[in-house]
Amino acid sequence: MKISRAEVEHVSRLARLTLTDRELDAMQDEMDKFLGYVEQLNQLDTEGIVPTAHVVPMENAFRKDEVQPGFTREQALANAPEPDPAGFRVPRVIE
Amino acid sequence: MASKYETVIGLEVHVQLTTDTKIFCGCSKVFGQEPNTQTCPVCLGLPGALPVLNEKVVEFAIKTGLATNCAIAPRSIFARKNYFYPDLPKGYQISQFELPICEHGWLDILTENEAEKRIGITRIHMEEDAGKLVHGETQESSRTSFVDLNRACTPLLESVSEPDMRSADEAIAYLKKLHQIVVYLGVCDGNLEEGSFRCDANVSIRPWGQKELGTRAELKNINSFRFIKQAIEYEIERQADLLDSGSQVVQETRLFDSQTGTSRSMRSKEEAHDYRYFPDPDLVPLVIDKAWIAEIREGLPELPEAKRLRFESEMGLSAYDAEILAADQALAAFFEACVPLTGDAKLCANWVMGEISRQLNEGNIAITDAPVSPTRLAGLLNRIKDNTISGKIAKNVFEKMWQSGQEADAIIEAEGLKQVTDSSAIEALIEEVIAANPGQAAEYRAGKEKLMGFFVGQVMKASKGKANPGMVNQILKDKLSG
Amino acid sequence: MKLYDLTLTELRARLDNREVSSVDVTRAFLDRIAATDDKINAFITVCEAEALAAAKAADRRIAANEAGALTGIPIAVKDIFNTSGILTTCGSKILNNYIAPYDATVIARLKQQDAVILGKLNMDEFAMGSSNECTAFEPVHNPWNTDRVPGGSSGGSAASVAASQAIATLGTDTGGSVRQPAAHCGVVGLKPTYGRVSRYGVIAYASSLDQVGPLARNIGDCALLLQTVAGFDPADSTSVDIPVPDYSATLSEDITGLRIGLPKEYFIEGLDDDVRRAVDQAIATYRNLGAELVEVSLPHTDYAVAGYYLIATAEASSNLARYDGVRFGLRSAESDSLIDMYTRSRAEGFGIEVKRRIMLGTYALSSGYYDAYYLKAQKVRTLVRQDFTRVFEDVDVLLTPVAPTPAFPLGEKVDDPLQMYLSDIFTIPVNLAGTCAISLPCGFSDGGLPIGLQLIGKPFDEATILKTGYAFEQATEWHKKKAAL
Repeated sequence: MKISRAEVEHVSRLARLTLTDRELDAMQDEMDKFLGYVEQLNQLDTEGIVPTAHVVPMENAFRKDEVQPGFTREQALANAPEPDPAGFRVPRVIE
Repeated sequence: MASKYETVIGLEVHVQLTTDTKIFCGCSKVFGQEPNTQTCPVCLGLPGALPVLNEKVVEFAIKTGLATNCAIAPRSIFARKNYFYPDLPKGYQISQFELPICEHGWLDILTENEAEKRIGITRIHMEEDAGKLVHGETQESSRTSFVDLNRACTPLLESVSEPDMRSADEAIAYLKKLHQIVVYLGVCDGNLEEGSFRCDANVSIRPWGQKELGTRAELKNINSFRFIKQAIEYEIERQADLLDSGSQVVQETRLFDSQTGTSRSMRSKEEAHDYRYFPDPDLVPLVIDKAWIAEIREGLPELPEAKRLRFESEMGLSAYDAEILAADQALAAFFEACVPLTGDAKLCANWVMGEISRQLNEGNIAITDAPVSPTRLAGLLNRIKDNTISGKIAKNVFEKMWQSGQEADAIIEAEGLKQVTDSSAIEALIEEVIAANPGQAAEYRAGKEKLMGFFVGQVMKASKGKANPGMVNQILKDKLSG
Repeated sequence: MKLYDLTLTELRARLDNREVSSVDVTRAFLDRIAATDDKINAFITVCEAEALAAAKAADRRIAANEAGALTGIPIAVKDIFNTSGILTTCGSKILNNYIAPYDATVIARLKQQDAVILGKLNMDEFAMGSSNECTAFEPVHNPWNTDRVPGGSSGGSAASVAASQAIATLGTDTGGSVRQPAAHCGVVGLKPTYGRVSRYGVIAYASSLDQVGPLARNIGDCALLLQTVAGFDPADSTSVDIPVPDYSATLSEDITGLRIGLPKEYFIEGLDDDVRRAVDQAIATYRNLGAELVEVSLPHTDYAVAGYYLIATAEASSNLARYDGVRFGLRSAESDSLIDMYTRSRAEGFGIEVKRRIMLGTYALSSGYYDAYYLKAQKVRTLVRQDFTRVFEDVDVLLTPVAPTPAFPLGEKVDDPLQMYLSDIFTIPVNLAGTCAISLPCGFSDGGLPIGLQLIGKPFDEATILKTGYAFEQATEWHKKKAAL
């Protein structure tokens, strides 16, 4: 196995996904196959190759510092599972 | 007692920028608005929304970089810092990671023993702020927090220092210096309480002579210089106690409580962060050419350091006066406007640091809103210089100018405060006073010269303070000895 | 001929001549959708009231002789575009109650012309899939054979055009999601050069690869829709500020002497016989039309799928972090603590393929693996791009199959993710290279399933692939075949 069960669980926590034991098993199996497949990239010598983040060369896209109309509070909260004038309600954050 | 340990401090400062709009969208960012009234698809992190960089933020970052002796990167990029938190709408913060806009800067500070010391600045980068979490306070909302995204996407500069500071005082000196510069540049309003200038301190200690750094604790978001000093000093003691008792310092984030003057660990149960930084594909590389840097350099204001030196060398102010005036850009401007109108820098400095500052503090007003303009103040000072009024009377006149907004001359005229410089009038007054106090006059003449003060006082009282004190002195001497 | 069987060009003429009104045409399409969509399931949302209101506005504009190319034309859009006031699901349960509060730039451009938006089309959840089976709203069926997949992820966009439910549609293409379903459904689909069309308001899958593309019954209609949506948008930092040429104006240009490259890596062992035959015939057609056909090589083709899935899943894992149950979308009923709100909302809201890609992408970016996976893939992208740059010094267009097989049966690959990923083998390199490509019908399998031909162009040279495709279309009848429903 290229990825351990513990790593799969760690990644699921990082990604904030609850997975059942069965899902974790299946995920481990599929991730393992995928990682096996991408191993072919190791055949490629990429020493000195510049990574491409944008396929089309681009730079310096700016906007002016000018205020644009935004949402009203009602609009901002319209899709919220638990809207409240005081803000989006979430389970209490403990620090 | 000298400590067994050397303190090592590095500072991370978040500087909120005074742009009109957010860093990646056109929402305004005024402090203290109703929750979620300054939002749009971008800063709410709605599906499909895309960021576009506010050009002014780049300009402010370059300005700050130049003023702190940084190298401006010809090419820099934005990266995503991935983590989940309710105040972070997209689940990632757009920041800079591998290629920040400014690097390798420094600031010189004065240490406790007045020595100059250079503090390195590792980097300054641009990023977006998170929103605000408010925790429910009522019975009903005690298990709830509320997310307000007005502040989300507000532009920040994060400046990271080298671990070059060796005491809380050095840390404060560095912070004040940086604060002064960003306020001078106009890129930050400098308001610590509203969170416009936020400091995290990394503090560690090590036995003297040890090369490796000790384990550090990070002190978060402390909102006044005084508390930062307290927090650092508390932390130094806490770590020293730990080491003395044979324990270890744990790397952690600690929250300072200004009420108790102590701090507590913010150890969260979550596993260690893995921010998974990668270049943000929604934003394009930022390329800054030499011409742009030159243009911004050209437009930089004179910085406090240069101003202080000029006040000393060109205006002949003392180092102390120059420091105080140069520290505040508006105060310095007021002072500089006064000087050519009076030709007396020292007098102007005294009045700006004295009466003007006192009134501003008492009224809690900005110097730009002062009812007495530099021109009017100069008008008053010129009346001292040409002996129309004494310095003492001038203070009363100034008080009235501040209240009424009138010019000095009008008040002097209306209240008849013009100094008496007519020698015959003064002579007449003096003769009356001597005649009324024959006993004291005799004692004086017998050698009790201390009584001179008594006679001056009597004459000034008789003149209602308007007699020229110099002339009174001179004529009294003549008359009494005659 | 039924109104819904007209091409865009034909319908434009009838609208402008006042032979029909947009309201009549819109009603005809709404009826067609009602009559056919129980078999196809192309639509997630039909916007009847909004469509008729837009048709009325269009008719007024036509009456005032102010019509644009799309004024009054009924089109439909993938449910990946934010459409103000309308449910926008992205094929996901996690957005099954999200009413978009704003319009994507391409939607705004359609509205400016008073185009009629009939509704929102089914898709693989978050555009992740090649069969349209990965949707929270039941799979889409291929109009040519309803036991077959329509392809994906823009399966609804392709199937609805094939089923005459809309004149043309918009989809998105990250690794072939416009071209592959277009091929499987026998319609034309174009993936523009990255940066050509604004992504603002298009729900992101993989930001550095996503691009909006039109689907239509023929090349001419496709060009008209592209013309409307293409062009610089200051709201998208990655949109490119270069002029959009008049695509219709150059469509019928002669292609004699045009150099067409045949990349040998695309004509491989595993290629389905029917596909090979159809593509070979297309090559013969081009030879007859006077084009020069030359074999070329794109040596890094084999690495493209691996590179693509690393980049796409990494970006997706970050793009999909915003679905957290705080500001919009699904929040699990069991959200007593913050961590439960996150993990349960996401577990309940995302489908298995989305979870799989989030997991892969999170892993590829995680500490200790970034260089081996994500960075390596970004370097592979450089190599793939260089392949294309090099061959385009020699040829004007590349000709390849779109997919290794015709549409496969529903259910065949759904449990084998890696096989599903490999069905995009011919489309993915174009996304990595960022250039443009078009898929157009070039024949049928023995079983009566459509086969697509891919023409790949130089960056920002959509005009050349459009005219190359148009020449083929003029010489063949494939695009006139209609699925019997």
